[in-house]
Amino acid sequence: MILIPCPNCGPRNASEFRYVGESIARPDPNSATQEQWRAYLYERVNPSGWTTESWFHRAGCGRYFKIERDTNSNEVRAVRLEPAAATKGES
Amino acid sequence: MSGRDRISRALTPVTGRLSGKPYKSIRNTLGKGTGEKRGQARYSAFDLFRRGFTKDPWPPVWREHELSSSYDVVVVGGGVHGLAIAYYLAHRHGITNVCVLDKSYVGSGGSGRNTAIIRSNYLTPDGVRFYDRSVKLYENLSAELNFNVMFSQRGHLTLAHNDSSLRTMRWRAEVNKLENIDSEVIGPEEIKKLVPYLDVSSEPRYPILGALYHPPGGIIRHDAVVWGYARGADTAGVHIHQNTEVVGINVSSGRVTGVRTNRGDISAPIVVNATAGWASLISNMVGVRMPITTSPLQAAVTEPVKPFLNTVVVSGSLHVYMSQTDRGELVFGASVDPFPSYSMRGSLDFIEGLASHVLELMPALSKMRVLRQWAGLCDMTPDYSPIMGFTPVEGFLVDVGWGTYGFKAGPVSGEAMAQLIADNKTPQIIEAFALERFGTGELLGEKGAASVGH
Ligand SMILES: Cc1cc2nc3c(=O)[nH]c(=O)nc-3n(C[C@H](O)[C@H](O)[C@H](O)COP(=O)(O)OP(=O)(O)OC[C@H]3O[C@@H](n4cnc5c(N)ncnc54)[C@H](O)[C@@H]3O)c2cc1C
Ligand SMILES: [Zn+2]
Repeated sequence: MILIPCPNCGPRNASEFRYVGESIARPDPNSATQEQWRAYLYERVNPSGWTTESWFHRAGCGRYFKIERDTNSNEVRAVRLEPAAATKGES
Repeated sequence: MSGRDRISRALTPVTGRLSGKPYKSIRNTLGKGTGEKRGQARYSAFDLFRRGFTKDPWPPVWREHELSSSYDVVVVGGGVHGLAIAYYLAHRHGITNVCVLDKSYVGSGGSGRNTAIIRSNYLTPDGVRFYDRSVKLYENLSAELNFNVMFSQRGHLTLAHNDSSLRTMRWRAEVNKLENIDSEVIGPEEIKKLVPYLDVSSEPRYPILGALYHPPGGIIRHDAVVWGYARGADTAGVHIHQNTEVVGINVSSGRVTGVRTNRGDISAPIVVNATAGWASLISNMVGVRMPITTSPLQAAVTEPVKPFLNTVVVSGSLHVYMSQTDRGELVFGASVDPFPSYSMRGSLDFIEGLASHVLELMPALSKMRVLRQWAGLCDMTPDYSPIMGFTPVEGFLVDVGWGTYGFKAGPVSGEAMAQLIADNKTPQIIEAFALERFGTGELLGEKGAASVGH
């Protein structure tokens, strides 16, 4: 398995975390069209290469943060904490 | 525009205008002297005997061809799905100007890496009917392909370690019975009779309360299925191009016109995406976003031992399943890795977790040694069901979303997709799996029957 660098706790085994998902902007539910909402819920780029994604330190500090990861090598660069109010999938 | 109009427009150049040939002539290329040597002689016991004496070399199972500049149908992905589509297009519908492209060798994807479990005891009626058709096709496949695929219907057991999984199994058994599938919940005594080495006492941390028993389920020789379809497709005139990577897809005013590969361009009115773990990358080329993420799934095999395990045993709660091959090796699998990746590297985490769970079930295996472990890529969908058929781009079809369970669906998918291409219409058996369901909110909810027991 790989090490995920938690911005709060440092590098920890990936099994301590929950992968939240590709970083996607949440459209405003009051004005979003059905297509926008469907895209937000289900459609993913699923790239082969560098991607920005959210993780949650489930068995640690309980914070959400973003990393950039290469999906071919699982190498990780650039890490940042999400704003305090951030919840699943929000950017 | 309806799917039917879309594909009929897509097919027009194939059948008439562009190639200048009527549809009939495509049908007739099968078996007609095209200057090329026809494919294979039949395999038979006599042939084996004769070659044993004469030492005549066996003909290659499929031939190599130059890349043509155009085909009627280009299938991207040389796994069981792509090859089965080509096979049924040629044999059932006489559409033979077809090629299958693979960036590596045939069967290099999930089709050569899976643990070969075949079953139809799913949870949704749509799923059950669909996979049952595949089991029926598999039952007759060795004869149809003249290639021994070693389908062994040895029975399939899904263990329940708690009340909630027992309840799901009862539910599955009822859905199965309504669809006429042999499937029932059995108790620990009967389980013990089927698999004497299982610990069915109340001692283990995860006691075995019961199991869903599915007698027609079993395992198959997965490579043979791939090679058999490849050989059958080749015989009918389909071109199989290995080491041919699709690097782009040409679209002009909303419809597909061909593909670009590392060996040159091909024009084609119909392009089928059958690339499983790589499905998003191909769909992204035409701007069709898929509800798919790609995660590795790992498996392992032990050294061979005397046969002692006659059924496939799955434990959802313990995230593990096992079977014994005809050679005597135990094949183990688990659930997918917990985050998406295109890396096929195995992990120590996996083998450690696997070993401890296997020993929970069968303490007697503690001295067995693991021979090797590997991983394959799985195209996971939110509802653990495939995505098949038309897309918003005319002529661009998908047969993807096979996750951890798609090998068993190879025959029925090939049959249905070939039918779809020939008729310009989605066959009823795959209607529920259309890409549109994510827009209309008609997801299928197959997780309870597909997340561990592939
Ligand atoms: C460890 C493991 C265990 C499994 N166990 C089971 C099981 O017990 N039962 C079951 O039913 N299923 C199982 N599965 C799932 C099953 O293997 C797959 O769903 C199935 O093989 C998918 O077949 P396919 O033909 O669609 O794709 P694949 O066999 O993956 O073929 C896709 C092909 O596309 C090619 N390709 C990709 N990109 C390109 C490109 N750009 N150009 C050209 N070619 C390209 C690849 O090289 C590959 O050969 C398992 C999977 C794994 C990994
Ligand atoms: Zn932390």
